[in-house]
Amino acid sequence: MPDAILIKNGHIVDPSQGIDGVGDILIKDGKIVRIVLQSDRATVTAAQSHYHTIDATGLFVLPGLVDIHAHLREPGFEYKETIKTGTMAAVKGGITSVCCMPNTNPVNDNKTVTEFILRKTYAEGSCYVYPIGAITKGQKGEELAEMAMMHEAGCVAFSDDGRPVMSSLIMRRALEYSRALNVPIISHCEDMSLSEGGVMNEGRLSAQMGLRGIPYASEDAMVARDIILSELTGGRLHIAHVSTEGSVRLIRQAKERGIKVTAETCPHYFTITEDAVKGYNTNAKVNPPLRTQRDVEAIKEGLRDGTIDVIATDHAPHHRDEKLQEFDKAPSGISGFETALSLSLRLVYEGILTMSQLVEKMAIISARILGIDAGALKVGFDADIVIVDINREFKVESEKFLSKGKNTPFEGWTLKGMPVITICKGKVYDWRQNE
Amino acid sequence: MKDLVGIKELSRNEIESILNTASSFKDVLKRDIKKVPALRGKTVVNLFFEPSTRTRTSFELAEKRLSTDVLNFSVPTSSVVKGESLFDTIKTIEAYGVDFIVMRHSSSGVSHFIARNVIASVINAGDGINEHPTQALLDAFSIIEKKGSLEGLNIAIVGDILHSRVAKSNIYLLSKFGANIRLIGPPTLIPDMADHNVEVFYEMDEGLKDADVIMMLRIQMERQGKGFFPSTMEYFKNWGLDMRRLKLAKKDAIVMHPGPMNRGIEISSDVADSEQSIILEQVTNGLAVRMAVMYLLSGRG
Amino acid sequence: MVMAKELLNKKDMERIISRIAHEIIEKNKGTENLCIVGIQRGGVHLAKRLANRIKNIENVDITVGSLDISLYRDDIGIRKEQPIVRKTEIPCDITDKKIVLVDDVLFTGRSIRAAMDALMDLGRPAQIQLAVLIDRGHKELPIRADYVGKNIPTSMSESIEVQLEEEGLEDKVLLQT
Repeated sequence: MPDAILIKNGHIVDPSQGIDGVGDILIKDGKIVRIVLQSDRATVTAAQSHYHTIDATGLFVLPGLVDIHAHLREPGFEYKETIKTGTMAAVKGGITSVCCMPNTNPVNDNKTVTEFILRKTYAEGSCYVYPIGAITKGQKGEELAEMAMMHEAGCVAFSDDGRPVMSSLIMRRALEYSRALNVPIISHCEDMSLSEGGVMNEGRLSAQMGLRGIPYASEDAMVARDIILSELTGGRLHIAHVSTEGSVRLIRQAKERGIKVTAETCPHYFTITEDAVKGYNTNAKVNPPLRTQRDVEAIKEGLRDGTIDVIATDHAPHHRDEKLQEFDKAPSGISGFETALSLSLRLVYEGILTMSQLVEKMAIISARILGIDAGALKVGFDADIVIVDINREFKVESEKFLSKGKNTPFEGWTLKGMPVITICKGKVYDWRQNE
Repeated sequence: MKDLVGIKELSRNEIESILNTASSFKDVLKRDIKKVPALRGKTVVNLFFEPSTRTRTSFELAEKRLSTDVLNFSVPTSSVVKGESLFDTIKTIEAYGVDFIVMRHSSSGVSHFIARNVIASVINAGDGINEHPTQALLDAFSIIEKKGSLEGLNIAIVGDILHSRVAKSNIYLLSKFGANIRLIGPPTLIPDMADHNVEVFYEMDEGLKDADVIMMLRIQMERQGKGFFPSTMEYFKNWGLDMRRLKLAKKDAIVMHPGPMNRGIEISSDVADSEQSIILEQVTNGLAVRMAVMYLLSGRG
Repeated sequence: MVMAKELLNKKDMERIISRIAHEIIEKNKGTENLCIVGIQRGGVHLAKRLANRIKNIENVDITVGSLDISLYRDDIGIRKEQPIVRKTEIPCDITDKKIVLVDDVLFTGRSIRAAMDALMDLGRPAQIQLAVLIDRGHKELPIRADYVGKNIPTSMSESIEVQLEEEGLEDKVLLQT
C-alpha cells in the first residue's frame, strides 16, 4: 500500500461542497489532502513518482456511500452473514459506512452488544460500521432500552426494525427520550395487526396467488401515527424503507408543516413491483412488501422532489436454505449491498435524479441524519471513495456476491453502471481485476 | 405438461382434454372390474400435510384403479415434526423413485415450489388458500354432465371465498369457459377477483336469482371470532342455503358442495338431501377426474 | 419426400370385407354367439362394415362393439403424449361369447395383446378371433390373425395408411415410404 494515492482526471461529485467537475484527488495516509479541479486550471503534479496513480478518466469519483439501513447478522446469525463478509460486500457495492440494525441474537439493546459489534468491525471489518441500537429491550416494544449508554458506546440511531413498536405510548417515550441524545428514531412503519399473516402486497395479485396480503394501510397508518408523535414530542423521526404512495404523501405533508421527519426508501421499492413474487419467488419476499407500479412512481416522485431523503439498501441476507422453503415460511429480505448503487443509477439515467442528488441521497444526507463524519470528499476526512463507471454493464450473478446472502430478485439482470474501485480504510479495491 | 399445480396455469384445451378423458374413465368405473393397468409400475406418494379424508381417499382409490403403487405419507409420524425442511422431505421421497407426488399443504404455492425442484409429476391436492385444481375439474365435469356445457350458465359461488381454494380454482376454470360467475358472501370473505369476470353480491337472495348452479362452500368454524363474521347463526341467516332461497334459483338449478358439509350452517339438511343436490355425484366424478389427470400427466418420454 | 403407393382401392376393400364376412360365418358355422368388436379407431368402422355384410348374407343382426385400448398399452410413460382415451362400448355381456376382434393393420401385435387384456377385464369370452385388413409383418409377439385382408410385407421405415369413408376420406390403403 503506497503512502499516497492520486486519483487523476475523474469526474468528482460532492454536492456538500458544491463540487461537480473533472479533477484530481490526493490521498495521504488514508486521508484526503487535496482536491484540485481542472476548472481551477491546476493539477496535482508534485513528486508524482511516489504516488500510486489511479487514472479515473471517464469515471465518476464519489464519496463512499453511507448506508443507513442494513443487517449484518452478527452476533447470532453468522450463517446468514458476518461483519467480515457483510462489510466486504458493502465495499464491493461502493458503500464505506454501514449502519447495522439491532435484530441480532442477542439483540443490540445494550452496550455490551454494541461494543462487540464495534470490536468485531475493528478486527475484521472492511468498512466502517455504525450500530443502530434497539428502541426497546429485546425489541419487544415494552420497555425502553438503555439508549444513552448505547449511544455512548457508539450507536448512532435507534430502531426496532422488523418488529415495529406497536404501543403508541412507548413510541412517544422513545421519541421524547431521544431528544436528549439528539439521535434519530428509525421507524419500521407497520401496523402488525393489519398485516397479520401477510406475506406480500395485498391486492388482486395476492388474491390470485392465494397469499395473504399486507395492505398499504398497514404502512400508512403507522407513518401517520409516527409523524403525529414526532410533532408531539419534537423527536427526530426517520422513516425506514418507504414502500407506498400513501407514505410518500404523508411525509411530504409533514415536511411542508415543518415536522422533523426524514425518510428512506430502497432500490427494490423504486425498481420492481409485486409482480416479482409471481411463481412464489421467495427472493422477492421482503418487508415491507414490493408494491404496485403506482407506488413505484410515487416513490420516484418522492425521491425527485426531496420528500424521500435517503436511499438505503436494507441489505437483509439470508441463507439459501431459508429461502428454499414455502413462501409463507421463507424469511423476508433482499441481499442488497452489491446491487444498490447500480439500481439507483437508473434514476440518474431516467433523469429523475442528477448524479449530485444521487450522492446526496446515498451518502451526504444519510451521514447528516446520523451525525457522522462520512459521506463527503472533504480535505481532512478519511478517504472513503467510490469510483464508478457509469457505462460498464454487468450481469447480476448472486453466486459472485461477496455477501453470504444470495437472495436477490435481480438475478440475471443486466445492470449498467458499477463501482469499479472502492477506497476505504486506506485500502484500494479494484473490482475490475476480478472479472 | 409435467404437473398440475393450478387451474390458472391450464389452457382451455388442456382442461377440455382432462374432462373428455375423465368421461372415458367414468365408464371404466361402471364396470365390474374397475381397475386398469394403465399406470402399472408407477409409484405415487400421497403427501398430505393437512388433514383430509375425502380428497386423500379419492386420490388413493384413483391411484389404485390405475394400478399404481401407492405410498401414503402421513404427517404425524413423519420427520416433518422432527424439524426436517419440506425441501429435504421431498428430496428424500423423490429418492425412492416416485413418479407422482400428490400433495396438500397449508402454504399457498407449495406445489409450484416442489414442482420446480423434482422430476416427478406434482399434483396439487390443495395448497393454502390458493388452488384445489382437481376439485374444480370434477365440479366442471359434474356441471357439464347435468347442463351440457358451462358457457353462459349463471353459477353462484356462496360463502367464504377468501379462504377457499375450491372457490378460487372454480373461478379460474369457469371464467375460462364463459360462465357468469356470481360471488355471494359477506364482504369480509370476498377477495378481489375482478380480473375473472365475476359479479359480487352481498345480498344472497339477489345473487341466487336465475342461477343454474349453486356452489356452496364450507364455512370454516375457526373464522368465527376472527372478525370475519360475528356468529354462525347470523351467517346462516344471511348466507345459508335453505329451501326458500333455493326456489329463487332456476327450477332445474343444481346444488353442489365440496364437502364436508356443515348442515345448518351453510346449507340446510333438506337442501343437501334434495333432488337438486348432486353432492354425492361429485364424489364419484372426483375419482374419474383424478384418474384422468394422472393418466394424462404420465405421458412424457 | 414421402412417396405414397396405393395398395388397395375402394373396390378391393369391398371384396375383402365380403370375403372375410364369409370366412367368419364359415369358421363359426353361422353367427350364433358371435360379437364383433372393433379396436378404436380404424377397427371400429371395419367391424361395422363386417357386421353389415354378414347381415346381408345371413340376415341376422350381429352385436358390434368398440374397444379402446389406451389404458392397456405397454408403452405408457415412453410416449411423449398419452393417446386419447376413446369410448369402449360393447352392448352385450361378452362372457361366453365368440369375439371377433377387428383392427385395420396388424403390425407388432402389441395392440392386439392390449385389446385381449382389455376384453378380459370386461368378461370371460369363450373365444377371441382376430380379423385385420392388412397384415404387414414384423410381429413382436406370438399373435396371428384368423382372417387377413391382404398380406403386405413392409420394411420398418415404411408406414401403412388406411383411409376410410367414415372418417371423411376416400376408401383406400396407402403404403408410404
